[in-house]
Amino acid sequence: MTPEQILARRAWRQMALRDEEYHRLVEMLGRHPNWTELGMFAVLWSEHCAYKHSRLHLGQLPTEAEWVLVGPGENAGVLDVGEEMAVAFRIESHNHPIAVEPYQGAATGVGGIIRDVLAMGARPIALLDSLRFGPPEEPRCRYTFAGVVSGIAGYGNCVGVPTVGGELYFEEPYRHNPLCNVMCIGILPRSRLRRARAAGIGNSVILVGSRTGRDGIHGATFASEELDERSEERRPAVQVGDPFTEKLLIEACLELVERELVVGIQDMGAAGITSSCAETAARAGTGMRIDLDRVPLREEGMTPYEIMLSESQERMLIIAPRGKEEAVLEVCRRWGLEGAVIGEVTGDGHLKVFWRGELVADVPVKALAAGAPVYDAPASPPSDLEQRWRVPSLPEPTDCGEVLKLLLRSPSLAHKSWVWEQYDHMVQVNTVVLPGADAAVLRLKGTRKGIAASCDGNGRYTYLDPYRGAVLAVAEACRNVSCVGARPLGITNCLNFGNPEKPDVMWSFREVVRGMADACRALGVPVTGGNVSFYNESPAGPVYPTPVVGAVGLLERIEERVPSVFPGPGYRIALLGSTRAWLQGSEYLKVMYQLVAGRPPEVDLRLERAVQQVCRAAARRGLLASAHDCAEGGLAVTLAESCFSPEPVGASVKLPPELGNAAGLFGEGPSRVVVSFAPQAESRLRALCVEHGVGLLLLGWTVAEARLQIRCEDRVLVDEDVGGLMAEWQNALPSLMG
Amino acid sequence: MRYMVRVLVKFKAGVADPQGRTILAALHSLGYEGVRDVRAGKLFELVVEGTDEDAVRSRVEEMCGRLLANPVLEDYEVSVLRALAGEGR
Amino acid sequence: MKFGVVVFPGSNCDADCYWVIERVLRQPVRYLWHGDGEIPDVDCVILPGGFSYGDYLRAGAIARFSPIMRAVAQFAANGGLVLGICNGFQILLEAGLLPGAMRPNDSLRFRCCPTWLKVERYDTPFTCAVPRGRTLRIPIAHFEGNYYADPQQLRQLQRERQVVFRYATRDGRVVPEANPNGSLDNIAGIVNRAGNVLGMMPHPERCAEAVLGGEDGRYVFESLIAYWQQKAGDGPR
Repeated sequence: MTPEQILARRAWRQMALRDEEYHRLVEMLGRHPNWTELGMFAVLWSEHCAYKHSRLHLGQLPTEAEWVLVGPGENAGVLDVGEEMAVAFRIESHNHPIAVEPYQGAATGVGGIIRDVLAMGARPIALLDSLRFGPPEEPRCRYTFAGVVSGIAGYGNCVGVPTVGGELYFEEPYRHNPLCNVMCIGILPRSRLRRARAAGIGNSVILVGSRTGRDGIHGATFASEELDERSEERRPAVQVGDPFTEKLLIEACLELVERELVVGIQDMGAAGITSSCAETAARAGTGMRIDLDRVPLREEGMTPYEIMLSESQERMLIIAPRGKEEAVLEVCRRWGLEGAVIGEVTGDGHLKVFWRGELVADVPVKALAAGAPVYDAPASPPSDLEQRWRVPSLPEPTDCGEVLKLLLRSPSLAHKSWVWEQYDHMVQVNTVVLPGADAAVLRLKGTRKGIAASCDGNGRYTYLDPYRGAVLAVAEACRNVSCVGARPLGITNCLNFGNPEKPDVMWSFREVVRGMADACRALGVPVTGGNVSFYNESPAGPVYPTPVVGAVGLLERIEERVPSVFPGPGYRIALLGSTRAWLQGSEYLKVMYQLVAGRPPEVDLRLERAVQQVCRAAARRGLLASAHDCAEGGLAVTLAESCFSPEPVGASVKLPPELGNAAGLFGEGPSRVVVSFAPQAESRLRALCVEHGVGLLLLGWTVAEARLQIRCEDRVLVDEDVGGLMAEWQNALPSLMG
Repeated sequence: MRYMVRVLVKFKAGVADPQGRTILAALHSLGYEGVRDVRAGKLFELVVEGTDEDAVRSRVEEMCGRLLANPVLEDYEVSVLRALAGEGR
Repeated sequence: MKFGVVVFPGSNCDADCYWVIERVLRQPVRYLWHGDGEIPDVDCVILPGGFSYGDYLRAGAIARFSPIMRAVAQFAANGGLVLGICNGFQILLEAGLLPGAMRPNDSLRFRCCPTWLKVERYDTPFTCAVPRGRTLRIPIAHFEGNYYADPQQLRQLQRERQVVFRYATRDGRVVPEANPNGSLDNIAGIVNRAGNVLGMMPHPERCAEAVLGGEDGRYVFESLIAYWQQKAGDGPR
């Protein structure tokens, strides 16, 4: 298609560019683009790549701290963890791909985030995944869920990066728009930190890894639209993951970095060659000249348009010092990978693309990589917001033991080993705290330190109150990391929303960002990057606004980690922090009354910070035998889970009168941790609590007989065999999944 | 009547086939230089009851679309091999 | 005792084996490259876990043609000690250095979980340091670990006492409930007739340090060292 035809047919519209966006790019270019150039702009200016609707607001997030080595804007955030070591981490969504093809969609999501971490020069050491599906009673939702889990397993296991944690919720709004957010953590010696910069005029641009095929053309555009019946027709956008090649890519790239053969390195994700070339050159203030005849192709007859926009997986772009090309290609060959010098860094600020001797595209890199418009889309709260906060008056439950069992087998609260046993969570021999605890803990080989990580985000809370929900998500992720004894150093966020052009969606988005910013500031935790995924919306409506927070923390001494289950009989049990809990937005309301209602609680961020400080200080002093965040399902579920150690332990608990009701047992609220400790540690723990102004409510004792007994005054509220409770909790997912 | 039906499922043209490529490379390293391409797939043999060959074929094609192949990624070929005699297989 | 750990394309437990031998057992260790046709001066070769060649076609089916495997076969024929773990076991089967084959797990799902192993023989180089009667807690992580042998091979395995580890309950009972993958007779590890080549699906390198929650895996490596020292003591060295 010629520029004239493009203009006549308004061809940009089929690439999801708006008319005013087209005119903007014409102005920047000083002429009408050709077909290839239009495709390049369409992808790089898509919502997925350009953050058009989010960028304005994301600026509120705190991004700095003295230990932050790299903040947002690169492939991953990097934190200094001392002893010349650094941790790189990021989370990314792959929601639209899993809706179309669960297995490959999830697999390629894992591959992409691993390459982001690799692009910092880091060895990927852990994965976490945050998943949302529709009701598991629905066969289609089960199919998607099973496919996504086996896709993550198929890719992560093969590539040799352990999947050590994550979270999983089942809610109606995810029926047509399931979510798959994957977080990757890597480690590196500080000296090997690399940036995605095409610095040094004359340096070589080298493409390493898989061949370029026709797969995934316009995948980024695909992720920037609502799913409708027509989505099926665009299915060729789905790519197939090749974890074997990814494994070779990891080893080859790390060897290249170690041998100082890398000036800049970048993952080729969405928009492939176009985005990686434009972004690396834009960051370095350079230009680039590339020759498409040198790109190894998988299929014959590919056009420049297709080569530039292909999203073939398992490819990396390496900027190598001039004269070192052969050394780079030799490393690739040794690892059985193809590598090709496809161009060089120039000083003219343009991306010039040649094909069969002809200049087929010539665009200023700044216009491509940073020229997209920024939108301040209208925002207004949903009209039914206050209606959502209304909770009818409900009777107190008659049999709290039965309620407890119902909650334990609710798929969102049930034991998740059906999922994580399919993941190799031990490879690389670093996993000290296995999946299932508040946070995963990995040792940092060669030091006495450990890294803790957790993913959290309750979409129901955010639906009911986006600001409070976001604060709760940040608080919980950091609390989980603190529960194992680690200090939260940074978070990465994945913001999953519906169509941002709808004012209520935009309003929720803005409220979520505001909440995150406030929570991060109060807790002293920077955001070092992440991902925004809009258009998670089908004709049935948008997903819950779902911010997923991935927190990374540092344990100075791995021996100081705190387990999440009671170690045995004879320990004191207490509730550390707040004693307040609410049924608003709780799992209890959903399970018992199918109600998603009520305004979730406000977080007292000063108290939250203090509670987390006490957890960490107590861990450092060895005062805690266990600590478990009191989250969904409330105190009763938290106590039960604390009893579920490999050798079940009993607990005998007496609640004060104000907690002897449904809200006290099953209500939810922030800043609460169920701890156990040896009796002789009590005075020191109490002194620590007093020092930080945090409450410590003694609840009872752990006992040898494996029964959970919860009493209040003269009433026995719960008296259940721990084995029986555990069976409910453990069997729920396997029996659903068959 | 019973028919023996063979179903071949493989990735669609244009979809990356990592398994096929890896096997191709292995064949080359074993000295089979002349091999130009490998596509990996799955083979199913079904014994199906039906009134005639066409009816059986369309039933099996339906099964392919619903279960045996993943229409997002895979193509299938259905061959009705032969009618089976008697009750036994 | 000098160890060599083979690196195939797609191996991913090579670094873990290396780590345990170097940092936990404090023995000399080096990597052996799949493309090399010779094995240097080592006393034991480890074929590590992972997904050699992506496990495409069948687990181990392509790796067994690597140049290093001819050398490993020669090394084994000369009485050298060979330990194949997980994918390493699968490669040994495909290479014919051990009898049998692996099928996908009966659950048709990858499984990563702890298992208890009953030790059937204490007189092998791989188990001689295991305390008698101790059931070992060692994790598995595989998709194709469902061991199969034809009836004749199975009879031979029994006759020659080649089964070294079986999946069991914590107290050592070999029962179907303890079988994580459908393996014939709960078989988790076997040796060749000469007793110098062991294949096992569980990963001893993943439980050789207390910080990782268990140390039973050390017995396998310590047995090798004890056996080798014993042999060195007997011999002219």
